[in-house]
Amino acid sequence: MSLLEVKDLQVRVEEREILHGLSLTVNPGQVHAIMGPNGSGKSTLSHVIAGKPGYEVTGGQILFKGEDLLEMEPNERAARGVFLAFQYPVEIPGVTTWNFLHAALNAQRKARGEEEISSPAFLKKVREVAKSLNIPQDMLKRGVNVGFSGGEKKRNEILQMALFEPAVCILDEMDSGLDIDALRIAADGVNALRSPERAMVVITHYQRLLNYIVPDVVHVMSKGRVVKSGGKELALELEESGYAQFEDAA
Amino acid sequence: MNVVAKTETGRALGDAFAVVRDRLPGKGKIADQRRAAFEAYERAGLPHRRIEDWKYTDLRVLMREVLPLAPAPDVAALSRAAAAVKAHGIDDAVRLVLVDGAFAPDLSDLGKLEKGLSIRALREVLDGGDGALSEQAFTSDTTNPMIALNSAMATDGVVIEVANGTVLGKPLHVVHVASGAAPVAMFTRSLLRLGRDTGATLVESYLAAEGAKAYQAHDGLVVAIGDNARLDHVRFVEDTVDAFNISSATVTLGAHAHFNTFGMTTGGHVSRYELTVACAGEHSKVETNGVNLINGKQHADTTLFMDHAVPNCASREIFRAVVDDRAHSVFQGRIIVRPDAQKTDAKMMTRALLLSDDAEADNKPELEIFADDVTCGHGATTGALDESLLFYMRARGLPEKEAQALLIQAFVGEAIETIASDALREVAIATARRWLEARA
Repeated sequence: MSLLEVKDLQVRVEEREILHGLSLTVNPGQVHAIMGPNGSGKSTLSHVIAGKPGYEVTGGQILFKGEDLLEMEPNERAARGVFLAFQYPVEIPGVTTWNFLHAALNAQRKARGEEEISSPAFLKKVREVAKSLNIPQDMLKRGVNVGFSGGEKKRNEILQMALFEPAVCILDEMDSGLDIDALRIAADGVNALRSPERAMVVITHYQRLLNYIVPDVVHVMSKGRVVKSGGKELALELEESGYAQFEDAA
Repeated sequence: MNVVAKTETGRALGDAFAVVRDRLPGKGKIADQRRAAFEAYERAGLPHRRIEDWKYTDLRVLMREVLPLAPAPDVAALSRAAAAVKAHGIDDAVRLVLVDGAFAPDLSDLGKLEKGLSIRALREVLDGGDGALSEQAFTSDTTNPMIALNSAMATDGVVIEVANGTVLGKPLHVVHVASGAAPVAMFTRSLLRLGRDTGATLVESYLAAEGAKAYQAHDGLVVAIGDNARLDHVRFVEDTVDAFNISSATVTLGAHAHFNTFGMTTGGHVSRYELTVACAGEHSKVETNGVNLINGKQHADTTLFMDHAVPNCASREIFRAVVDDRAHSVFQGRIIVRPDAQKTDAKMMTRALLLSDDAEADNKPELEIFADDVTCGHGATTGALDESLLFYMRARGLPEKEAQALLIQAFVGEAIETIASDALREVAIATARRWLEARA
């Protein structure tokens, strides 16, 4: 069974249709890249998969391990293993990263009928992960993302990804706002999480990120549809010729 | 119709005052003061929305009448109260309990008081003829009808004195309990006098015994903080949801003094807390902070009046209201900087969080500045929880109510953090958490 299956998805925002019948099948172990110009609906797709309010699904479906994802609350989706790394991670003043991660992890475990993780066990786990991502301990004591640089925010997203061990990770424009060094650290973090059971969907505007996170499949989106799919060489082709050739195809 | 009803209510209370007058403590000058205060109250009646200070808390609509004076508590009342007090204990505090407006020595910790600490019942002070102390306890204006009524009717209270140079190790915990036999009104007046170079922590709790009927708690606190003294004050209003709590505190500070006060209201059907702080000596510091967490049809009003009369004092006000269902929160904060009060540094920030479409919050910050070399500022915001934050948290697996609870805790946390004592801060955090758990 495929891990994530998007079938003929149609989505509206305030009366305007953004996705006009988008289909996508992601199997375990695969890394898919979704590329496309601004306004092609890439971020909308990621938001709808995660369950962000404000989108109206007017047709099609999204199956996750064969279950109807659209029927689930965002927190239920997370507990089952869907993870969205935000393009712009929000700042949550007054809620320490440490507390937030502990509460979120326990909420997920509780939803799955697993035992809650104790503070010492959690501390040990989060410290290990933070170390591997070069995240200093004091960042965990600060408010979630408060005063973090762009690179730190993205690393914090990857820290959460590593901690929650999701089945599918959607990375929404992970490269935006990152310099080349920050990008490399973030990409290394993502690559370390690649596994035969886990799938990733990397949404990006630029080919550059795909030098670091090498995809198995590349999709080109335009005007709310996937207009072309291919291997990793498709990304290089796009870098050469741009998106204009696909505008008509849509 | 309305007028007739009001007159009848007024007459009933007038008769009640005539009846109880002779059993109220304090003769001579105090008795005269009580009579004058009652007349002042009678002239004004219950405050209503056409009086600016009571614009958002119209007691003629919300309270309608003053209930009859509570009888002195009997054995059964004291035992019901004891159980309630036990459930709201503060670790290692000197507990002072008032039941139905009467000091209850048997429920209070009067043995082995720290050196330099004196505690007496107000009734004892008034009847004992300590003129200066009695007058200080009754120092308050008659322009506020509810404070005037409190002066007229106060049956008891505690009078606490801390001698010069004494820094108390244990907090003082004044617990106001309604024993709840019948719908009655309780009137208490307490005095705290801190001498020079002293330090004390005062905690006040307002609560009821299990199964209490609708009641009215009318309380007045008078505080005098001496030169170079520090008072930490924390107040918890945990009355039942049909109760009325109409309270005031009048605080004066000497020079180089420090007053840190925090109020938390989670209980009461209608509550009004009027805090007046006057800096009378230079280089003093005042921190007045608070949190209201209310739901259902609760109405909670916090009204602050910060009076800077002398130069070089600083005041900070941080207030947070969390309002759910059809509840109504009111915050009025007035800072006056008088002509001589140069170099005053006064800041006030009030924020309200509305958790439902029917919730209401009125924030009214006011600055009146008559000096030219000052730093003053205020801000007020009202809004809902940030949807983008909620989505982020839910996308990480937190159910909606849990995500909201974390954000609400963070919202009130900024005010709770100002409590100096770790133990009392924990009590405030636990109180907020209980409120949030009841909501989930």
